[in-house]
Amino acid sequence: MPTICDVTHEHIIDVKNFSFYYAGVDTPNLKKINMPIGKGAVTALIGPSGCGKTTLLRCFNRMHDLYPGNRYEGEILFDGHNILDKNEDLIKLRTRIGMIFQKPTPFPMSIFDNVAYGLRLQGLKNKNELSDRVEQALKDAALWKEVGSRLKSPGTALSGGQQQRLCIARAIAVEPEVLLFDEPTSALDPISTQAIEELITKLKEKVTIIIVTHNMQQAARVSDYTAFMYLGDLIELGVTEELFITPKEEMTEQYITGKFG
Amino acid sequence: MTLQNRRILINKTVMVLSTAAAIGGIIFLFWILAVLLFKGFAALNFDIFMYDMAPPGREPSGLRNALVGQLMLVVGASAIGVPAGVLAGTYLSEYGGKKSRLARFIRDISDIMMSTPSIVIGAFVYAVLVAPFGHFSGWAGIAALAIMMIPIVLRTTDDMLQLVPGSLREAAIALGAPKYKVIIQVVYRGAKTGMLTGILLSIARIAGETAPLLFTSFSNNFYSTDLNQPIASLTVTMYNYATSPYEEWIDQGWAAALILALFVLGANIIGRIIIRKREGEH
Amino acid sequence: MNRTMDILFHNITRFFALFVLIVLIALFFVLFSEAKPAIDAFGLQFVTNSKWAPNMDIFGGYPAIYGSIVSTVIAMIIATPVAVGIAIFLSELAPPWLAATVGMAIELLAAIPSIIYGMWGLFYLAPLLRDIWGGNGLGLATAGVVLSIMILPFMAAITRDAMKTTPSILKESAYGMGATRWEVLKDVVIPYVKSGIIGSIILALGRAIGETMAVTFVMGNAHKIPNSIFKPATSIPVTLANEFTEADTDLYYSSLFYLALILLIISFTVIAIAKFWFLRNLQEQKI
Repeated sequence: MPTICDVTHEHIIDVKNFSFYYAGVDTPNLKKINMPIGKGAVTALIGPSGCGKTTLLRCFNRMHDLYPGNRYEGEILFDGHNILDKNEDLIKLRTRIGMIFQKPTPFPMSIFDNVAYGLRLQGLKNKNELSDRVEQALKDAALWKEVGSRLKSPGTALSGGQQQRLCIARAIAVEPEVLLFDEPTSALDPISTQAIEELITKLKEKVTIIIVTHNMQQAARVSDYTAFMYLGDLIELGVTEELFITPKEEMTEQYITGKFG
Repeated sequence: MTLQNRRILINKTVMVLSTAAAIGGIIFLFWILAVLLFKGFAALNFDIFMYDMAPPGREPSGLRNALVGQLMLVVGASAIGVPAGVLAGTYLSEYGGKKSRLARFIRDISDIMMSTPSIVIGAFVYAVLVAPFGHFSGWAGIAALAIMMIPIVLRTTDDMLQLVPGSLREAAIALGAPKYKVIIQVVYRGAKTGMLTGILLSIARIAGETAPLLFTSFSNNFYSTDLNQPIASLTVTMYNYATSPYEEWIDQGWAAALILALFVLGANIIGRIIIRKREGEH
Repeated sequence: MNRTMDILFHNITRFFALFVLIVLIALFFVLFSEAKPAIDAFGLQFVTNSKWAPNMDIFGGYPAIYGSIVSTVIAMIIATPVAVGIAIFLSELAPPWLAATVGMAIELLAAIPSIIYGMWGLFYLAPLLRDIWGGNGLGLATAGVVLSIMILPFMAAITRDAMKTTPSILKESAYGMGATRWEVLKDVVIPYVKSGIIGSIILALGRAIGETMAVTFVMGNAHKIPNSIFKPATSIPVTLANEFTEADTDLYYSSLFYLALILLIISFTVIAIAKFWFLRNLQEQKI
């Protein structure tokens, strides 16, 4: 049985007895996971590659539904409501739970249109309100100073780190409750990485964050809770400082001291 | 209707429309395929391969001379087009490389040549090889098909040779081999399957051409293997037979169409299998 | 010895590479010089003159040019949406096994010789359209439909290939914003592959405008501007195919070469636009 610490934050998400199967595979990729996610906190998912951390992250916004044959079992309660329900409204779910990917993904359109994209999908047409919201999102993503004067240039013209912050601005413009980060700095240089990490720390005032990272220092720097996963099992969920200093599970200790993975 | 319902409805509508487009397009394409198979097999018999073309009503009649002529034209065009295309492609890849302006220019020229209307090439060859001699000839047909073939072979050879890793060439040069030997013994060997597939597909491509033969090799009702004379081909025979008023000629036209299509599709399928096998090995 | 062979091999390959260039130059030169008498006789008015009267030695290329353009436009109007629909179906909707099977069938159909499409058009489509539209079933509309079906597999296959180059992470991030499938296509996939799709449409257009055998059976061979697209007409390749061996005067012969030259210039321009404006980036990515 995994060691699960007491999550003192209010639980925004509760993963209950959750298993996940990829299409055509009989053995589950995630095995009966139980895990609370604290509201307004940053939860980091760590573990060696293939442990299922990204797979788990992509369950929270049902990304696996894009590919036929993938299967969920158990429950993921979001605000007390099971998002794995067959009739779950995926459009609404994905506007409430946003995602940032391991590589920057600016859409082939201008900086402004990138950030306004989600707002327009939701039917916001008023020009003044749109530009106010876009400006606010770019400010929140610490990008306004750099791009405020060239909102019409294409999003792809920015540097890698700027592109990633653009994607964060795009995601927070629609004011999601949860943001999923899938190794958001793996393609970035150290300076851009630092900017993104600072941003994550700042963002948690407004939004709950779950971040997958292969970098333990990063988890230690940005997160409140850390979950260590191994081969599809959740091994340990702990308050970040405790988990890195006094891990309860032997396997966690071996991993964070670099004995494997 | 809420905004979201409208978005979902638009989405569903587009998806239904594109599925309908796919089904509609595919129905038409399969209709053509079905007609070809049905009419072709109905008219196919041993006489087709045993006897030459004959006036309507005269039995037995077949397409033997057209088949032989077609074969001679395709083999002749390949005998010119393949070596010429391979050597030209070799120059682009091995002596020109990606940066050479001449190589890039010739690449562009070949891309344009590949899409040149085939009837224009027929007219060109007519002016050069038919009009001066005063008669149609198999050689003119071969020339027209070869002109179409060279750019295709050139481009695939170029592409395939560029896939051969540079380290392989360097390793051979480091052993003291002269460049031409490196190309012939190492580079060609490394690109063998890809080049073979490309050549196969280019043969299939020119085998189905009719327009460049209409006024070069023309047609011939009799069995002839003399390339200085007009020579029959399956494609021109199909054209002549399909526009004729005679039921039996039209049927034989379908038989010719089927034989041609089976050859072309067969070459394409074999090409695909070769590629897949190679991808499987890697 | 090796040195001599090296120089020899180098020069042989260069000769054949240059040969392609020589052929293209010769193509233009020969067509131009054969067309010269007609160019001298009719000048550029050849393009706008619609009278084609071999018995009076008067030749105007307008009907053929008009027929080529109109039949191609009809083909593009029909084929473009259907090809994009097929591409969407194959890349986004169909389950993998179906997409693979249908995709391969379409690629094979693209290899079928065009004369077979023409025969089908003559014996099956023309009678059907005659029943629907009246007339004799031959004309620009029928030619346009046959052309559209002939270029459909080619267009669908390259549009699908272009769509597949969209990184899945880009699509996922649009889905991650709550976009519907159509919104992902419209806002992300199509803008991302736009130049590839436009390039493929123009390449298909280039094929259609120079196509002879698919349309020669169903065009109806009338050297005039039809008052309806359902009436017999002609096009440049069809005129060449039908009249080349009948040209009994020098001016007739030369006028046909004038038409061939015009067709070569049109197709050269179309292909050059497709290649250099739209497909350049795409190709360099591939290499």
